[in-house]
Amino acid sequence: MPILVGRKTRAIVWGITGNQGSFHSKLMKEYGTQIVAGVTPGKGGNIVNDVSVFDTASAALETTDANSSIIFVPAPFTKDAAMEAIDAGLNPVVIITEGIPARDAMVILAYAKQHGTIIVGPNTPGVITPGEAKLGIMPGEVFKPGTVGVASRSGTLTYEIAQSLTHSGIGQSTCLGIGGDPYTGLNFVEVLKLFRDDPGTTALVLIGEIGGSAEEEAARYISETDYPKPVVAYVAGRGAPPGKRMGHAGAIITGTEGTAAAKIESLTSVGVTVADVPSDLPRILEKQAPPISH
Amino acid sequence: MKLFEYEAKSFAQNIGIPVPRGSVASTPDEAKDIHKRLGGEVVVKAQVLVAGRGKAGGIKFGKTPDETRDRASEILGMFIKGEKVQKVLVEQKLASKRELFTSIVQDRSNRCQTALASGQGGVDIEEVAQTTPEKVIKHPLDPIFGMRAYDSRDVALRLGYNGNQLNLFSNLLSNLYRLSVMYDAELVESNPVVETQDGKFVTADLRIIVDDNSLFRQPEFQERSREVSSEVSPLEAKAREQGLAFVELEGDVGIIGNGAGLVMATIDLVKQFGGNPANFCDVGGGSNADHVAAALSVVQSSEKVKKVFINILAGITRCDEVAKGILEVKNVIGLKKPLVVRMAGTNHEEGRRILRSGNVDSFEKMEEAAKMVVALGSS
Repeated sequence: MPILVGRKTRAIVWGITGNQGSFHSKLMKEYGTQIVAGVTPGKGGNIVNDVSVFDTASAALETTDANSSIIFVPAPFTKDAAMEAIDAGLNPVVIITEGIPARDAMVILAYAKQHGTIIVGPNTPGVITPGEAKLGIMPGEVFKPGTVGVASRSGTLTYEIAQSLTHSGIGQSTCLGIGGDPYTGLNFVEVLKLFRDDPGTTALVLIGEIGGSAEEEAARYISETDYPKPVVAYVAGRGAPPGKRMGHAGAIITGTEGTAAAKIESLTSVGVTVADVPSDLPRILEKQAPPISH
Repeated sequence: MKLFEYEAKSFAQNIGIPVPRGSVASTPDEAKDIHKRLGGEVVVKAQVLVAGRGKAGGIKFGKTPDETRDRASEILGMFIKGEKVQKVLVEQKLASKRELFTSIVQDRSNRCQTALASGQGGVDIEEVAQTTPEKVIKHPLDPIFGMRAYDSRDVALRLGYNGNQLNLFSNLLSNLYRLSVMYDAELVESNPVVETQDGKFVTADLRIIVDDNSLFRQPEFQERSREVSSEVSPLEAKAREQGLAFVELEGDVGIIGNGAGLVMATIDLVKQFGGNPANFCDVGGGSNADHVAAALSVVQSSEKVKKVFINILAGITRCDEVAKGILEVKNVIGLKKPLVVRMAGTNHEEGRRILRSGNVDSFEKMEEAAKMVVALGSS
């Protein structure tokens, strides 16, 4: 049983008429995801990739039974799209868009919390449950069905690690990016909770990076709750200098806070094995939880 | 994007926030004239975007207009942390009873804006926050409702004010919050807010940092954001013009990859194997041949770069496009430095075939490629 996204996912795509939205809605459909509608204001009545486009979410919901959403609209329009999706009762809301104003992100997250809606992102590659469905932009072929949950702050590094797991015969239950921005919805702790309650997940991989305190909070949660499943990790940015944004808006060391060393230390201290290089992860996983492989 | 103090203060004044009387000068004589108009004693403050100008000698006092001219001529043209002082702000000197620290910050751990205030204002607020955190009041603000009047009154009360002063301070704090909304500020900070002898509050210093992601709705700053700031090296500026996420580092191995996390991991790997990366360069997802060519051209143009490592794990990106970009550089301007390419993912076989046709070898595994680039030329 997956988390967040699966066979029962029926998604509305915001921005389906744009470049990214139309390209990826096609790929999501090909992967097996049910894309039931698109929303683009002013483009209602069009058809994109055999999917009907509506002007608003309420119009889309009159004729479809959507339950999830994914947002590709440009940053200036993301707050409106996300709030509309939350109001429409869609859950989760996956926000692919990068570079949205921090104050907009804060409003979206606060509004989602009031409504009990899970936000994945912004600035995320999305969520994939291998073999079932994906709401995101990740290449489906590097993933394979299995029982290891993967949560990451990055995109391509996640594909890199998923591919090395797949090549070692280790399949994944669900993989998701929590987003590379300073303000994101789901954080590692919330993902840990979801995976804990998922009987289809037997072990977890966390892929962290410099900046913020998501990894430290995850470590605290693992230790405080005596987390029942093995967790292994990789943290990117050991070689990053302080004060410079390493591509992601959230990946910045401020003063002595947010360094890779501090994150590795807090994860290690609660029994999480942190890999030195990404390709060590499959071997470490096999040692920690032998039955997950092959 | 950081604003100069004099700009921040003019925005503040527009919405009724009390600021010291004063004006901005570009020459010593202008500073002298401003002093004549203001009378009394003045303070001459370097207008730079870097913090820490006080300790660097960028703030001086003038008792007479002639003295002010001399102080201004000392400050104008000086360099503070590499930034040249082009303007000074000449302001009336305030007689203070108490110096406060106030700030509206974006608070990552609470996912909201938070109002900060302390009765221990002045230059060393970081130290106060470190050694006696209880002396800094922290009041998180609801992102949907913003700062309500009672939020600011609560902070004023906790600073020990009552009666008219409670209202005066809470108005000031509410207005600082309004500035943060109007300008999409990551930070609005006044350190110090001066409590004057007659019990009023004046923002003696003011910093505003605008959220770069908000520039689409802050048209007056858009043009400026394209200007090169002194915090960006010439190579970084050149790379960013090409739409690359680029950070200059200390070493000699040029690094190019797709995706911030992967590039960071690549830098880590090269370091782990004993190499020293010269830069972080992320071409992003879905890059075409031209984009990759631009990245390679910028990276190899740096004199300190002795070899280049391109690491691509293609998802939306296609390896054949990356390979074409590399060969484009090879054929047009030539490969100036030894190159190691790692390619995996979408269309990697085609990408590798294209590279082979141009006599460029490539690896499938990133560790092997990283070891190779470190070994290059070091034997």
